[in-house]
Amino acid sequence: MNKLLLNKAAKPLIFLLCLLPVVWLTYGAFTDGLGANPAEYLVRATGDWTLRFICLGLAVTPLRVTTGTPALARYRRLLGLYAYFYVVLHLIAYSLFDKGFELSDIVHDIAKRPFILVGFLAFLLLTPLAATSTARAIRAVGAKRWLVLHKLVYVVGGLGLLHFFWLRAGKHNFNEVIVYAALIAALLGWRAWRAFAQQRSHHAALVGLGYRQHKRDGGLPQGAGG
Amino acid sequence: MKRSSDRGFNHPVSCEITSRAEYMNRRELLRAVAGGAAGLTLAAWAARRSLALPVPGGSALKGIKSVVPGAQAADKISSMEEATTYNNYYEFGTEKSDPAASAHTLKTAPWTVEIEGLVKKPGRIAIEDLLKLSAMEDRIYRLRCVEGWSMVIPWVGYSLAALIKQVEPLGNARFVEFVTLADPVTMPGLRSGVLDWPYTEGLRMDEAMHPLTMLAFGMYGEILSNQNGAPVRLVVPWKYGFKSAKSIVKIRFVEKMPATAWHKVAPNEYGFYSNVNPDVDHPRWSQATERRLGVGSGLFAKRLPTLRFNGYEEQVGQLYAGMDLAKNY
Repeated sequence: MNKLLLNKAAKPLIFLLCLLPVVWLTYGAFTDGLGANPAEYLVRATGDWTLRFICLGLAVTPLRVTTGTPALARYRRLLGLYAYFYVVLHLIAYSLFDKGFELSDIVHDIAKRPFILVGFLAFLLLTPLAATSTARAIRAVGAKRWLVLHKLVYVVGGLGLLHFFWLRAGKHNFNEVIVYAALIAALLGWRAWRAFAQQRSHHAALVGLGYRQHKRDGGLPQGAGG
Repeated sequence: MKRSSDRGFNHPVSCEITSRAEYMNRRELLRAVAGGAAGLTLAAWAARRSLALPVPGGSALKGIKSVVPGAQAADKISSMEEATTYNNYYEFGTEKSDPAASAHTLKTAPWTVEIEGLVKKPGRIAIEDLLKLSAMEDRIYRLRCVEGWSMVIPWVGYSLAALIKQVEPLGNARFVEFVTLADPVTMPGLRSGVLDWPYTEGLRMDEAMHPLTMLAFGMYGEILSNQNGAPVRLVVPWKYGFKSAKSIVKIRFVEKMPATAWHKVAPNEYGFYSNVNPDVDHPRWSQATERRLGVGSGLFAKRLPTLRFNGYEEQVGQLYAGMDLAKNY
């Protein structure tokens, strides 16, 4: 698996795969293939894909560590940027089809409806992450601060989920929401569990070495897990 | 024929309705594809679609043009294809395409509607008798869904009042409750806990007696397709679509306001009245505008302004005189 992922063709191939939904949606829009309400279909589908790419991005580190596939790390940025790509499409689709690009209507809607506000907030929080995705940006921000900044994606995952939950609450239909919630909970839970385990083993190591007196509040720097 | 221009409604041009021939052509194509011409995957998809659509021929249901004020909307009619493939009928699934794909399992014969509660003449009425109870009328109504989309549909049926008069409600019958079919064998959606089955709806007696409130047995000149609520459904054009209960099995006359399906699961979002009202927003979206579907206006068409009582204020406004419509949503 690791070898496959390191193959020269793997990254362009995955790049193109991630583009498939938008190709399919565009094709559907032009061939009358999105059902009776194509506008709603486009708004919903771009939202769905945003949530899926957030889950995929969050899955990289747990999969990398638990399956011992370091090559997966090469795909984290790509998946994260695709999440942003789809959320931008989602925002454009909503602004165009639901609001006719009327800025005052959009601002009013965001201010009035928690459902929209939460979705918009998730978009805003994802923006600095997309903006600092290049190696140069990481250097400029500083690796340590960059890591902290990019933990915002955990918050984005939660907000995205709440946004989706509220949408479905209107129709009392939580099947899909439960699937996404379980997935995100597992991916974040794994991180919490690992942080806790590391803290404990670190503590135990210090105690074992007789460093009890010197134990500092911060402990050792955390791994660049993300 | 007598012109009814005095009512202020222009009659739709018949060429705007998808012709039957054109509609059938498409179905022939689907059936050809289902035959296996295009590979297994496509065939399965097409078979589901061709099955879900009404059986061609032998299912015509003709009516006379209704003279009920407001019953001939001047809007362009939505295509039959859209009206039969984009449905909310949760007993067959929560996706809009689910009912068209799965409702072929619904058995609409034999069918009886039970009349019970506060009436002089309770009992069971067979669908055959119900079909003959009053003259079938063609009515063109706007249908506004609470989700913010709308269609314009030519229904075939008659005023619910005709049935109500016949069963003679007692003086203390103030509301009418509609109970719809909940058959776990033919309705896969019942396995989900989305709603408290069976789906029930209700109207105040004066709303139920209003001539615009109709029992529909057909649409587009044919008997109702299963996904649209065969064999008999309610259509209340000035209320959000979910008030128009499908596949009715029981009509109950009661004194107290009945609990209704959507109100039970989300009382702050769906009220008993649910009159179309652009000024009262749903908690999560505005009701000021709507997207008209099935009229070929394309992806970038502007949304239409939603009208009070869905444009039927002239006919039904007086039913709610003095009521706070924001409170009684």
